[in-house]
Amino acid sequence: MSDLAIELRGIDKSFGLVHANKDINVKVRKGTIHGIIGENGAGKSTLMSILYGFYQADRGDILIDGKTVTIKDPNTAIASGIGMVHQHFMLVENFTVLENIMLGAEDSQVLNTSISKARVELKRLEKEYALEVNPDALIEELPVGLQQRVEILKALYRKADILILDEPTGVLTPAEADHLFRILGQLKAQGKTIILITHKLREIMAITDEVSVMRRGEMVATRNTRETSVEELAELMVGRRVLLRVEKGEANPGAVKLSVKNLTVRDSRGVTMVDNVSFDIRAGEIVGIAGVAGNGQSELLEAISGIRRAVSGSVVLNGKSVDVTAHVDPGELRVQGLGHVPEDRHHVGLVLKFDESENAILGYHRDKRYLNGPFLNMDAIRAEAEDKIQKYDIRPPNAKLKTANFSGGNQQKIVLAREMERGPDVLIIGQPTRGVDVGAIEFIHKRIIEMRDRGMAVLLVSVELDEIRALSDRILVMFAGRVVGERGADATEGELGLLMAGVEGRKEAAE
Amino acid sequence: MSNPYAKLPNWAEYGLIPFVNLVVAFLVAGLVVLLVGENPLDAAYHMVNGAFGRGEYIGFTLYYATTFIFTGLSVAVAFHAGLFNIGSEGQAYIGGIGVTLACLWLDRTMPWFVVFPLAIIGSAAFGALWAFLPGWLQAKRGSHIVITTIMFNFIASSLMVYLLTRVLKPLGSMAPQTRTFEAGGQLPKLDWLLSIFGLDIGNAPFNISFLLALLVAFGVWTLIWRTRFGYELRTMGHSPSAARYAGISETRITIIVMMISGGLAGMMALNPIMGEQFRMQLDFVQGAGFVGIAVALMGRSHPAGIIPAAILFGMLYQGGAEIAFEMPAISRDMIVIIQGLVILFAGALENMFRPAISRFFAGLGQRSATAAQTKGA
Amino acid sequence: MDFFHTIIALLESTIRVSVPLIFAALAGLYTERAGVFDIGLEGKMLGAAFAAGAVAGITGSVWAGLIVAIIISVLLSLVHGYASITQRGNQIVSGVAINFVVAGSTVILGEAWFRQGGRTPALSGDARFQTITFPFADSIREIPFIGPIYADLLSGHFLLTYLAFALVPISWWVLYRTRFGLRLRAVGENPGAVDTAGISVIWLRYRAVICCGILCGFAGAYLSLAMSAGFVKGMTAGKGYIALAALIFAKWRPFNIMLACLLFGFLDALAIRLQGNPLPLIGQVPVQLMQALPYILTVILLAGFIGKAIPPKAGGVPYVKER
Repeated sequence: MSDLAIELRGIDKSFGLVHANKDINVKVRKGTIHGIIGENGAGKSTLMSILYGFYQADRGDILIDGKTVTIKDPNTAIASGIGMVHQHFMLVENFTVLENIMLGAEDSQVLNTSISKARVELKRLEKEYALEVNPDALIEELPVGLQQRVEILKALYRKADILILDEPTGVLTPAEADHLFRILGQLKAQGKTIILITHKLREIMAITDEVSVMRRGEMVATRNTRETSVEELAELMVGRRVLLRVEKGEANPGAVKLSVKNLTVRDSRGVTMVDNVSFDIRAGEIVGIAGVAGNGQSELLEAISGIRRAVSGSVVLNGKSVDVTAHVDPGELRVQGLGHVPEDRHHVGLVLKFDESENAILGYHRDKRYLNGPFLNMDAIRAEAEDKIQKYDIRPPNAKLKTANFSGGNQQKIVLAREMERGPDVLIIGQPTRGVDVGAIEFIHKRIIEMRDRGMAVLLVSVELDEIRALSDRILVMFAGRVVGERGADATEGELGLLMAGVEGRKEAAE
Repeated sequence: MSNPYAKLPNWAEYGLIPFVNLVVAFLVAGLVVLLVGENPLDAAYHMVNGAFGRGEYIGFTLYYATTFIFTGLSVAVAFHAGLFNIGSEGQAYIGGIGVTLACLWLDRTMPWFVVFPLAIIGSAAFGALWAFLPGWLQAKRGSHIVITTIMFNFIASSLMVYLLTRVLKPLGSMAPQTRTFEAGGQLPKLDWLLSIFGLDIGNAPFNISFLLALLVAFGVWTLIWRTRFGYELRTMGHSPSAARYAGISETRITIIVMMISGGLAGMMALNPIMGEQFRMQLDFVQGAGFVGIAVALMGRSHPAGIIPAAILFGMLYQGGAEIAFEMPAISRDMIVIIQGLVILFAGALENMFRPAISRFFAGLGQRSATAAQTKGA
Repeated sequence: MDFFHTIIALLESTIRVSVPLIFAALAGLYTERAGVFDIGLEGKMLGAAFAAGAVAGITGSVWAGLIVAIIISVLLSLVHGYASITQRGNQIVSGVAINFVVAGSTVILGEAWFRQGGRTPALSGDARFQTITFPFADSIREIPFIGPIYADLLSGHFLLTYLAFALVPISWWVLYRTRFGLRLRAVGENPGAVDTAGISVIWLRYRAVICCGILCGFAGAYLSLAMSAGFVKGMTAGKGYIALAALIFAKWRPFNIMLACLLFGFLDALAIRLQGNPLPLIGQVPVQLMQALPYILTVILLAGFIGKAIPPKAGGVPYVKER
């Protein structure tokens, strides 16, 4: 018997050109809660999917209870005592709780006996772990907190000793999250080993015994939770990057160009993602929104740009009020002076199968400049595209090339050129440099400053804290859908990190 | 992740892959010919000869092709917006009402060139009307367009039987068809076009609606790639999320695209009704709407691909008749098999040979890259 | 009493025309509940009808005909399965393709092999299903009400007719009371849940597709071995699509399917009976309206005006493991 529940040795995995996991080593002790923390895209989920047999590692060994095992599919993972609670629940919505729990673990061809056995076993589990749930309720009628409980019961029903939870609090209210932590504590007390994957520092500090930090596909450190601090973890997560230096002068804020008041937005599941947010942005200033991904920034951008309907609140753009709670035509907002560089250029900002020149007018295709009556003015569009290619040094300089064939940086330049060069009064930018090569980053940053100096009001959302700090004149921090603090451009990384983790913000909001 | 396969050169993407798929479809069809005890090569010879061997045959081939250009375009326009209109058959059928009304009204008093434009408008309007409801139901009520258009095909069929047996049939006649149109309801043949090439049209009903089809194909190309509306419909077809970002209304596009698709299908009715039979008969569409699916898939939804694909199917229809004559074991239903196989291999299994072809090109690419490197060094 | 006999006769023919619909709609139930849409029911039924007629005609054995019908139908299902499960192709396109291939092949092969204008040889004796007469049917017939119901409505059908109706509760039992059914319904709603539970999505869907093939085999065999004495070209005449409509109309539930098929069958039987005869109170109803009614009703249902038909959530979408 080993005192390690799981040991991973030299796990390596690539998807095409993306090196998702690089030589990962980690040891998880039995009967502990082990946190794995890292930013989005750090490789946490891939690692856990390998452990659960969803993917096979290209290299490396998995040891469970001291013995090397080959996990070739979820079946072998289950047989090895691993249970997983996925970020997006793997439940059949129109099945009952009992049916979901049984699925795949039925012990006979005919369900009658399985059902009664499962019912008894579920009762026992409910009692043992204090996890009450009505076995005959339909999943779609249960609140998310209970759905998650069903996922946990599913794993326990399969006699899991090791429980992996992937971003379990993403969909929970704070009260539900607290409840989950109590459950996890109980499970630990019963001898289960728990791996908690999250990007939320608060959770790590609250309940883990040990924590491993991942960054860009690598496992950078493992710490005893009691001996570390939020600051240290934040730094490990983000890493000491080359300090971004962007030349910029003082801002000269002018009149208010964008005013957001008491904005509340829900996502498609009905979860409140933006919670009563208010702020103003003036001409000639850059306001950055810092925050860990998934804290409502995306929904905020979507609501302001007319893509997603808000539940309540108001937006005043350029002195004109926009009813964001009704259907808004994003094209109309553009006419009123709003430029929008969306976070997801592949699916939203660009049509990858279009020629470069066609993307150069996306959203502005109703502009008379590009039309002859109902027809597209191909010459004007071409001229427009070539002008932008030249101004933004887009390579290869070929307006007829399919957009999918440009590199990430050049694709981003296509979007930026389109949204900036028409001189909007308000420019909202999501993740300006995500997936962009270093050379292009500098170029993009310079342009953003330039736009500010031309008198645009810029709203910048980025999960890259360095970027926010380098560009912004004011910084708002979002946590759990709320603006939890505002800082000047001189705010330190640690100060912002604590706000982003929701540690400081609670106090501040309470005051 | 949207494209799991390596990038292919354009000629391979738009030429080689459809060609390979087509060849496989024909090979399997050849097996069926073997199965009934005939020689596939002979069958192929009779087919090509029967389709192109004489001026009259060519006339028939192009007559069928005319029909398929319309229905192929109909399916293709919807494809570009991400919609699968399986209802071109019914829309073409209903479009016949528009043609017929124009002809019955004016054929005795007006020359064909007055009736024809009205018939065009009528056919397109009736076809569009029949596609409007499925489009509206999809856009506003979320009903699946594939299922509703299938249902509308059957409803159209019943409706037409009713109209032809009760309403449009002349008094005292037994046959379920309208009266025969007079001169104003008959389109001129394109004998002069064939005679330029020294061909004699014979009895082939190859008529002026072929020129209309070419014109409409150009119009569709213009619509899709050269108008604001086309830009919007392609954006929606490629990426609904980008369309929302760009302020493009999905509801509006869906309904209008379906009406355009239905209108194109409806115009198909001009060819058989005013060009061949000079009256409307039961089942005059004869599956041309479904052939449109095969034509659109094979032509990669581009008019420049649809026209040759339509001619190919025209060849199958005309040449198939000739095979049936030469080889009693093979009837014209052979075409239906080939059509199904083309839909299968060029549509549902379009990616079956892609991995192999991609690997081949990747191998080539690597070799040339290494070669370039060695040269560079 | 005359009216009563008319009703009995009408119901009797309702049953007769409903049987292939029930088989085919139940066939569709299995694949669509597993997340594979199938508009190729028509083609499979037609292929099976041809195979049944041809084999029974050659061998003189109705059972040989039935078995080969099922084999052919299953093979066609596997083509659809290969295209939509393995190759992740467009399921609608694949279904359309199969319908055409079969429509053409049955005529070509039938003509080549039998030379009877697309027919297979007329069947008689052991080459065809015989009706089953219940005990005492003839002696009870004279008893008012119960007699005709027993003798004419319940008795006197083919074995396959009783099988079709038996398959309704059986299918319900399979889908809702067995492990296979539980997993099958799950994979049509959320294949991810099935995959993470350690069950192969692909194999499960293939099994569903095979079930569909078997049932379409019965549907086809019924047409050429029971309802008619041999295969006639195009004999399905859109029944596969009506079955599809019934499946949707029934909201993908077994007992509803039976009711929907009986309703559509009744409309069909009524249309035949009413040809030229006015209906009391309503007057002359065009027979075409009756024929179109199943489709019209389905469209109205799909539009959400009478209840809401919610298809299996993962229907029509090939399963790709998420990254």
